[in-house]
Amino acid sequence: MQVPSGYGLHPQSYTAPSGHYSQGPEKMTSLPLDSQCDDYYSGLYRVPTQNVVTPNTASPQPGAQQMYGSVPPAPHVVGSTLGSFQGAGSSASHLHTSASQPYSSFVNHYNSPAMYSDNSSVAAQGFPSTCGHYALSTVSNAAYPSVSYPSLPAGDPYGQQMFTSQNAPTVRPIRDNSFSGQNTAISHPSPLPPPPSQQYHQQQSLSGYSTFAWSASGLPSTQDNLIQNHTSLATANNPTNPVADTLSCSVMQNVQPPKSSPVVSAVLSGASSTRTPAASRPVEPLASVARPSELLQQKGVDSSSTTSSASPMPNSYDALEGGSYPDMLSSSASSPAPDPAPAPAPAPAAPQPSKMAKPFGYGYPALQPGYQNAAAPLNSGVPPGSPAYSGFQQYAQYPGMNQLSSSLGGLSLQSSSQPESLRPVNLTQERNILPMTPVWAPVPNLNLDLKKLNCSPDSFRCTLTNIPQTQALLNKAKLPLGLLLHPFRDLTQLPVITSNTIVRCRSCRTYINPFVSFIDQRRWKCNLCYRVNDVPEEFMYNPLTRSYGEPHKRPEVQNSTVEFIASSDYMLRPPQPAVYLFVLDVSHNAVEAGYLTILCQSLLENLDKLPGDSRTRIGFMTFDSTIHFYNLQEGLSQPQMLIVSDIDDVFLPTPDSLLVNLYESKELIKDLLNALPNMFTNTRETHSALGPALQAAFKLMSPTGGRVSVFQTQLPSLGAGLLQSREDPNQRSSTKVVQHLGPATDFYKKLALDCSGQQTAVDLFLLSSQYSDLASLACMSKYSAGCIYYYPSFHYTHNPSQAEKLQKDLKRYLTRKIGFEAVMRIRCTKGLSMHTFHGNFFVRSTDLLSLANINPDAGFAVQLSIEESLTDTSLVCFQTALLYTSSKGERRIRVHTLCLPVVSALADVYAGADVQASICLLANMAVDRSISSSLSDARDALVNAVVDSLSAYGSTVSNLQHSGLIAPSSLKLFPLYVLALLKQKAFRTGTSTRLDDRVYAMCQIKCQPLVHLMKMIHPNLYRIDRLTDEGAIHVNDRVVPQPPLQKLSAEKLTRDGAFLMDCGSVFYIWIGKSCDSNFIEDVLGYPNFASIPQKMTHLPELDTLSSERARSFITWLRDNRPLNPILHVVKDESPAKTEFFQHLIEDRTEAAFSYYEFLLHIQQQICK
Amino acid sequence: MAFTFAAFCYMLSLVLCAALIFFAIWHIIAFDELRTDFKNPIDQCNPVHALVLPEYSIHSLFCIMFLCAQEWLTLGLNVPLLFYHFWRYFHCPADSSELAYDPPVVMNADTLSYCQKEAWCKLAFYLLSFFYYLYCMIYTLVSS
Repeated sequence: MQVPSGYGLHPQSYTAPSGHYSQGPEKMTSLPLDSQCDDYYSGLYRVPTQNVVTPNTASPQPGAQQMYGSVPPAPHVVGSTLGSFQGAGSSASHLHTSASQPYSSFVNHYNSPAMYSDNSSVAAQGFPSTCGHYALSTVSNAAYPSVSYPSLPAGDPYGQQMFTSQNAPTVRPIRDNSFSGQNTAISHPSPLPPPPSQQYHQQQSLSGYSTFAWSASGLPSTQDNLIQNHTSLATANNPTNPVADTLSCSVMQNVQPPKSSPVVSAVLSGASSTRTPAASRPVEPLASVARPSELLQQKGVDSSSTTSSASPMPNSYDALEGGSYPDMLSSSASSPAPDPAPAPAPAPAAPQPSKMAKPFGYGYPALQPGYQNAAAPLNSGVPPGSPAYSGFQQYAQYPGMNQLSSSLGGLSLQSSSQPESLRPVNLTQERNILPMTPVWAPVPNLNLDLKKLNCSPDSFRCTLTNIPQTQALLNKAKLPLGLLLHPFRDLTQLPVITSNTIVRCRSCRTYINPFVSFIDQRRWKCNLCYRVNDVPEEFMYNPLTRSYGEPHKRPEVQNSTVEFIASSDYMLRPPQPAVYLFVLDVSHNAVEAGYLTILCQSLLENLDKLPGDSRTRIGFMTFDSTIHFYNLQEGLSQPQMLIVSDIDDVFLPTPDSLLVNLYESKELIKDLLNALPNMFTNTRETHSALGPALQAAFKLMSPTGGRVSVFQTQLPSLGAGLLQSREDPNQRSSTKVVQHLGPATDFYKKLALDCSGQQTAVDLFLLSSQYSDLASLACMSKYSAGCIYYYPSFHYTHNPSQAEKLQKDLKRYLTRKIGFEAVMRIRCTKGLSMHTFHGNFFVRSTDLLSLANINPDAGFAVQLSIEESLTDTSLVCFQTALLYTSSKGERRIRVHTLCLPVVSALADVYAGADVQASICLLANMAVDRSISSSLSDARDALVNAVVDSLSAYGSTVSNLQHSGLIAPSSLKLFPLYVLALLKQKAFRTGTSTRLDDRVYAMCQIKCQPLVHLMKMIHPNLYRIDRLTDEGAIHVNDRVVPQPPLQKLSAEKLTRDGAFLMDCGSVFYIWIGKSCDSNFIEDVLGYPNFASIPQKMTHLPELDTLSSERARSFITWLRDNRPLNPILHVVKDESPAKTEFFQHLIEDRTEAAFSYYEFLLHIQQQICK
Repeated sequence: MAFTFAAFCYMLSLVLCAALIFFAIWHIIAFDELRTDFKNPIDQCNPVHALVLPEYSIHSLFCIMFLCAQEWLTLGLNVPLLFYHFWRYFHCPADSSELAYDPPVVMNADTLSYCQKEAWCKLAFYLLSFFYYLYCMIYTLVSS
């Protein structure tokens, strides 16, 4: 309903939305939590918009949300759904699960609008409830009664109702597209809740999509996105949208009002915004109604759902509109109009009345109106009063703009930006090369319009923001050309688009993006291959503005990062459920280290937050010299342990019951987790048969795919894949050859390739106190797209900081978003080609990476070359498309598009150099080089990279005298960062470095995203004993001081100060010997320097201003990264200070240059 | 006109050279399929591996035969390739089973184009040697 209203065709619809809005506000608050909901969506897809909204409310707790989907009290769901439209309210998570299943069955259901209508009606009621899923559910239930639901019996009714609702949604989608306006209208008009559910059904069915379906569907879809499981939410949303939907709706509405302003984006943003708040997962509001069914099915049956879903596609539009609107508005800046706040507010005011009406009766009556509205909406979407055509006019204008912008692309900025980034800097004379504030990514020199549209540098970055025209020019510049990607990053807002046709170029399959040009209303020109394509009919309708004929205002064309809900065309098989297998080392060594206690505890705490839906499966294996399986089949009184001692020919003792449904067997799983830490306490088994255990895990996982988490504490010593110690401790500080950086055996690589083929990723947790040949073991994760964690000298009591780190890492690891059976394709403008990829994956084809799993902490790098001259274009674009199955069983495509100008002058190439990206790419290349050739080769190559680029700059661009080392301002940090790399654990020589530490550092370089990698390479140093509020920023009502960056040199460490070093995964606080005792007392809570303990890992919560400042600063730093860094307080003259001092990379060490010496060395090399 | 050992060597090499030409063409097709995305590197590399060892052994057999037949010129022409094969064989990743073509690496554009070039060069070499062997066979048969 809202959606339609969103379209704005009819005034009525608007009002209705407003109603939602009112509710919405409440939901809004809740929304943040919902963010997690995103996962849920799958079930409700159609609902999307509404769902989205709701999800937010519901989702607040990501984990919880998911849980909801599956767990949520069915009753609630039912009731809620029944009561309020579907519930919207109910929708709330509870329903979802139940609802979802019904949906799945629904395929047919689409027809039955009743559900939706209900939802819509409910929505009003539901909304409030939505905030807390549960709460909502209850509320919704309450609401329900009043609504039609009463008719719906709890369990059974659901099925039917659900179906109906689902049906409706599916229908809607299509209609939505066409009618979206109508739908909204319908819902709005319907204001009168009264109509019993049955009536609704009838009406809906009658109306077909139009009124009810739409209203309902629209909402549902959003909800779906958010909650899939939350179907109930969806219902809630619909009606409710109030909350979530309200957001969306309200947004929509709000947006519309603003219509004069570009509303388009609003849709997406709305949805996204709602989601964003919640967790990382941006909700995808858009999901179409039809999908929901799928989602639901997921729980029940996946495959069936998929088929059904296909039809729903149309709904998606609606969903998009509805869901997206809200999101767009609230969250994103993209839509000019409404900020989140405004959106809700406006919505509420107007909406409320409408809501009231909408709830039930309106919906039905409205339906027809909705249809009518549909036509109208277009107008509304456009400037008021203007006819539908107005849209066209705008459209026409747009292309013009586009062309202009593209033609100006390279030029506009240059004049202004070049001066600063090209300013020659004499490195040997500039003492303070490091800026006081963190280094930001350079902004490509594009015109303002394109700049606004461009992809965030956090997700997508190029080492040269001005692409040289020819390979010859690139060779002259001697700078690396490549991309750094963080494609699955947690986003706070993400437009989610459900539509039955995903518009792509017919020849190169590029997804439509903001940088294509529209030749006329009906045709667009691909920006990668320049083919002219037709604009499909469906694309002409803009769900955000509810107008027709403005394809350039669709969310896909307004956002460079979007997510599509993919149809069954994008599936090779039904989306897999989330499957988690834990393979645990329980040999004597492992039991000694005591990691089992921490792992089991973490799992118990986060069991409900594991991403997944009702199909989620989980299993456990342990191994020492034998392999132990655990039968957790539902119905057993306690977990059954099955031991396989034949490690030469591993077999699965019972193929069925080793991976069990998380929800059905939850009690057994909990029993097992409680028992595990004590089961092996007296073991005398010292051998470790890792290889056979992995083979068994592969057999277990291969039917479905999923994630295998391996915990290993020593060298594998039995069976296939056994390893010998290769490290010679005497060579640790050798300056010459570092050997054994490559794997000793192909076993793990082959296993990983097999796993990758079966969509299984292997994550390795290595907790070892001795050499464990990480170089060989890491292969199991490298080629299966897993991740690697390494905890040297782990012991749960002797090394509490490692234990705490493991605990925090596990929490993140278990609860973070996850995508299954993913592939990522990177496309670039004709003329450019990719030639080497870095990261954890298997390269399937020249531009296709196969990723069994994708996690939000994975980064990738790509090296590019210029194959053909780019003289006939002024802009180049790069697009990554990540196709994955969400933990809710939805197939989704996340698309990022980056646009960069092409330049023909060498000076411009230097002006656009992105030094951080270049360093990260060089680090990746150096890792490859050290494995394929040797470490010293890699080090030489790093030094040469600086020497070559600076000498090329000096000889071609700068006209200054040669008295010093001249670098363009954009590259002034280049030598410093390269020096930092040379002193990094991965590449340093002459300093004692354990082989495993070195290999782990290399693994991190390969698979960490740029932001984290930069902190690892060049830590940030702050002085924290004199924090002031000067320049402080405000985050969530907290004042966060922003101390200036200090250079990494002991000369900055004054004895009377305290310094914080942020190394990415670890924080050090160094306390000087004569540090101000006030600081020690106020912040550390000790009377004087002498009384500070050697091992201190927490700052006490003291009620003093300086303590508050220090803590808020550290908390702020921590909040910005996925892994919770451990804090070490290091006293001057404590033995731990070497750990701290090794990061002071500007200082001279026994084996390496100081920064100044390094500059002189470079200068010498250049002069040669 | 005499059927010498040398003549026999050339006749045998002629037949085997045809097989080598077939292998080279097969390699070219295989890498082309990889490049155009028709096949998964894992599926593709296994059969490619299966052909690598036979190719190397056949070529080594040539060299041994020509050595025995004291055909120094022919041997001289083949020795560079022989050394190249030895170099490839002992410089491949970890286990020998993987031989030259490593699935995770082969899709790297540099590696792939290197492999393709290698296959084309070998095809050219084998083709030329085919006609050279033919000529030499007739020459030895006729000359004596």
